[in-house]
Amino acid sequence: MSILALHGLTQRFGGLVAVKDLDFQIEEGTIVAMIGPNGAGKSTVFNVITGIYRPTAGSVEFNGKVIQGRKTSDIAALGIARTFQNIRLFAFMSALDNVMTGRHSRMRATLADALVRTPFAVREERLVRERALEILRFCGLERDAHSFASNLPYGAQRRLEIARALAGDPKLLLLDEPAAGMNPIEKDELIALIRRIRESGVTIFLIEHDMGLVMRISERIAVLDYGEKIAEGPPEAIRTNERVIEAYLGKPA
Amino acid sequence: MTLTGPRKLWASLDPRLKGFVILGLCAFYPLFDQNPAHLNFLADACTFILLALGLNIVVGFAGLLDLGYAAFFAIGSYSYAMLASGQFNIHIPFWVMLFVASAIAAIFGILLGAPTLRLRGDYLAIVTLGFGEIVPQTFLNLSQWTNGPNGISALDQPVLFNYRFGLQTLPYFYVGLALVALAIVVVHNLQDSRLGRSWMAIREDELAAAHMGINTTKAKLSAFALGASFSGLAGVAYASKLNLVSPDAFQFNVSIFVLSMLVLGGMGNIYGVIAGSFLLSSLERFILPQATIFAHDLGFSQIDFSNFRFLMYGLILACIMLFRPAGLFPSRQRAAELTAGKTDETIAAHEQSMYTEAIE
Amino acid sequence: MELFLQQLVNGLSLGGIYALIALGYTMVYGIIELINFAHGDVYTLGSFFTLTILTLFGIQNELHGAPLVAALLGIIAGSMLFCGVVGVLIERLAYRPLRNAPRLAPLITAIGVSFILENIMQLWQGPSPIPIPTFMPDPTYTLGGVTIEIKQIMVVTLAIVMMIALQLFVYRTKIGKAMRATAQDRDAAQLMGIDINTTIAVTFLIGSALAGAAGFVSGVYYGTTWFFNGFNAGLKAFTAAVLGGIGNLAGAMLGGFLIGLVEAFGAQYISDQWTNVIVFSLLVLVLIFRPSGLLGESLPNKV
Repeated sequence: MSILALHGLTQRFGGLVAVKDLDFQIEEGTIVAMIGPNGAGKSTVFNVITGIYRPTAGSVEFNGKVIQGRKTSDIAALGIARTFQNIRLFAFMSALDNVMTGRHSRMRATLADALVRTPFAVREERLVRERALEILRFCGLERDAHSFASNLPYGAQRRLEIARALAGDPKLLLLDEPAAGMNPIEKDELIALIRRIRESGVTIFLIEHDMGLVMRISERIAVLDYGEKIAEGPPEAIRTNERVIEAYLGKPA
Repeated sequence: MTLTGPRKLWASLDPRLKGFVILGLCAFYPLFDQNPAHLNFLADACTFILLALGLNIVVGFAGLLDLGYAAFFAIGSYSYAMLASGQFNIHIPFWVMLFVASAIAAIFGILLGAPTLRLRGDYLAIVTLGFGEIVPQTFLNLSQWTNGPNGISALDQPVLFNYRFGLQTLPYFYVGLALVALAIVVVHNLQDSRLGRSWMAIREDELAAAHMGINTTKAKLSAFALGASFSGLAGVAYASKLNLVSPDAFQFNVSIFVLSMLVLGGMGNIYGVIAGSFLLSSLERFILPQATIFAHDLGFSQIDFSNFRFLMYGLILACIMLFRPAGLFPSRQRAAELTAGKTDETIAAHEQSMYTEAIE
Repeated sequence: MELFLQQLVNGLSLGGIYALIALGYTMVYGIIELINFAHGDVYTLGSFFTLTILTLFGIQNELHGAPLVAALLGIIAGSMLFCGVVGVLIERLAYRPLRNAPRLAPLITAIGVSFILENIMQLWQGPSPIPIPTFMPDPTYTLGGVTIEIKQIMVVTLAIVMMIALQLFVYRTKIGKAMRATAQDRDAAQLMGIDINTTIAVTFLIGSALAGAAGFVSGVYYGTTWFFNGFNAGLKAFTAAVLGGIGNLAGAMLGGFLIGLVEAFGAQYISDQWTNVIVFSLLVLVLIFRPSGLLGESLPNKV
C-alpha cells in the first residue's frame, strides 16, 4: 500500500484551477520529487495534503486513511511533516525551542500538568529536550541550539526547518524547495541529510527547482504544468521526455 | 562577564523560588509600617498585579491583544457580590468563592474568546474591546439583579478559622500576597511547559504552529480561560476588601490601565509585568497625589496631578511603543521580536552566555 | 407610523455624523491597515474648535444672513483645517516611526494618543459636557406628522456632499490614484515613484478634516460637547466602517447611516440604555461573521 495516494485531486481558487485532476502515489520509504515551471501548482498540492486547503474535488489518502479536509494539526499528528518554500521558523525562539515545538504532537503533557508541574511533565520535558538535541546533531546544528532561529545563517535555517519537521517522528516528510538559495557545498550536505533521513525510515516527497539535485536524489519524479501532471517516472525517463522539455523551454520555433 | 558569589547564587535560583523570597520579605513590611492607607494601597497593588499577570498570559504569552480585560474583572467581582452577600441571600464562603469566581470567569473567558479565534490581531483586539464595553453596560442595565449604578454593597467578609477580617486592611494585604505568590508559581509553570511553548509558537506563526500538531483552538481558549481565571481571583479579593461592586470600576480605562502595566514592564516577562504593575499603581495612588500636595505647598493650589492620569498613561503607551517597545524589563525574546533590525550584537552575545551558563 | 418616520429622520441625521467619521477610519485603514484609535477624539476636537471660535468671537445668539453664512463656512473650514493638521501631526509623530513594526505596536500607540487627546480636552474644557452657543436658526418643517429640522437636513446633505467630493477626489485626481495604489500595494507604489509619506499624510489630512466637519456638525446639532464624546462615537463610527466594508468609501457612508438608524430605532423601540450594547454587539457579530462587511470583498489567505 502506498503511503500517500492522491486521486483526482482538484483545487480551484475562484476561477483559477491550480491543480487539475491529479492522480499520484508514493511508495513508502522512497524519495519522490515533484517538479514543474513556476506556478504549476506544486506548493498548492502540499498545502492540500497538510490541510491548509480543502480540495475542490478528489481525495488524499495517507496509509489508506482519508485525510483531505481534516485539520492541519490532526494531519500533522498522523505523521506528515513539512517545510515551507519561504522559511517559516519561529524566528524569535531558539533553535532548540523550535525543534522542541516540533515534537508537540508526540508529547502528552496536558494543561493540568502544566499548571502544577507534575513529575510526569518534568520528565517528559527533559526527554523531549534530549531528543531535540539529538535531532539537531543529526542535522548538523548542535552548535546553534541556543541561538535565535532568525540569527542563523540561511543554510542553517533551512536545515533547522527540516530538524523541526523531523521532531514529530513523521512517516512522510514534505520538503518545499529545500535547496533554494543554497551553494553547491550546502546542496551536497542537504543531499546527504535527505539520504540519512530516508535511511531512518521516513518517506520523502520534495518540490525542487534544482534539476541536478532532483536527478541525483529522486527515485521517481512527477512533472506538473499548469496544474496537470504531464509526466511521471524515473529520472532518466523524465530527463528526455519531450513534453517536459517543452513545458520548461517552450516549443521549438 | 561571569557572575560571582551571591549574584551567581541569585541567578541560579529557580524563578519561582525568587518570587517566594521576595514575597516573604514583603510579608514583614507591616512590622515597620502600620499605616492603614499604605497597607490598603499595597493590597490593591496585589490585586492589580494579579490582573496584570492574567492579562500577560493572554497578551504576553499567546499574543492575543485583549482590550476588554476589565470585563473579566467585572465578572469576578460581581460573582462575589452576588454569591456572597445579602443580594440574593447566598453566602458562599470567601475561600470557596476564590475557586467559584475563577471558574465562572474562566468559562466566560472561553465564551468571549471563542468568537475571536479566527480573527487577525487588530480585529481580535476590537472584538475584545466590544465585549469590554458590553459586559459592564449589561451589569449596569440589569438593575433588578445588580442594583444598576449604585452597585452591590454590604458584601460578606472573609472568615478564617473564626477570625473575621472586618474593616482592617492587614488580612487583605496577606491574602493579596498569597494570591500573588500562587500566581507567580502558576505563571512560571505555564511558561516552561508544552502549553507555554505552543502559545509562543502560535504567537510567532500560527500556520506553522498548526503543522506541529498544535491545536490552535484549544491553546487559544486555554489562554483566554486561564487569563480570565486570574481576574476571577482578583475580583474576589477586590470586591471583598472594597465591600462594594459597581459598574464604573470596570470601564475601558481599567482595561488600558492593566495593558499599560504590561507595556511598561515588558510583555511576556513575568517579573517585568509585576514591576510595571507596581510602578503604575504607585504612580496613580501615591506619586500623583504626593506631587499634588507638593504643588499645593508651593502655592499652586489649582493643580491636581491626578487629572493628568490618562495623559500620563497615554504618554507611557505611546512613548514606550515608539522608543522602547519591549518595555522597561524586556524578556530576551520579546525584545528581539519588537526591535528586529535594531539588534546589538554584543548585548545578544552577553545575554546568550548568561543563558547558557544558567542551564548548565 | 409617525414615530417610525420620525426616528427614521433622527437616525439618518445621526448616521450622517457617523458616516463622516467612518470615512476617515476607512481611509486610514485602507491605506496603512491601522485602526486609528485617536480618530474619534479628532472628531471631538472639531466640536471643541467650534466652541472656541464661537466664544472667541463672542457669538452667543442667533445670526442671520451674511454673518450666518460667514460663520458657518468659516467655522467648518477652520475646523476641518485644524483637525486635518492635528491628524497629520499625529501620523507623523506617532504612527510613521512604527510603519514597519509588528501590528500590535501602532495600535497600542493609537490608544495612547487617544488617551492623550482626551485628557488634554478634559483639562481644556473640564470634565462635564459644555453647551455650545446656538448661532444657527433652526426652523422646523412638519411633513405628515414628522418634524424635520434644518439642522438635520444640513447634516445629511453635508455627509452626502463630502462623500461625493471624496469619491471624485480619490478616483479622478492624481493624488487620489496614488492613495489607491498605496492602499493596494505599498512597495509597488513606491517603485512606481509614488511618495508614500506624502500620500499617507494626505490621507490623514482628509480623513481628519472630515472628522473635523463631523465635530462641527455634531456641536451645532446637539448644542453641546464633551471631552469623552469621541470614544463612543469613534467606536460606533468604526462599527459603521466595518459594517459597510473597511476600505470602501461608499461602505463607510452606508454603514454610518445604518448605525444611525440602528441607534435611533433601538432607543425608541427597545431602550436608551441598551443602544450601546446593541451597536457593539453588531460590531462583534460583523467582525466574526462577515468581516469584509456589506460592500467589501472577502480576501482569501495566501500561503
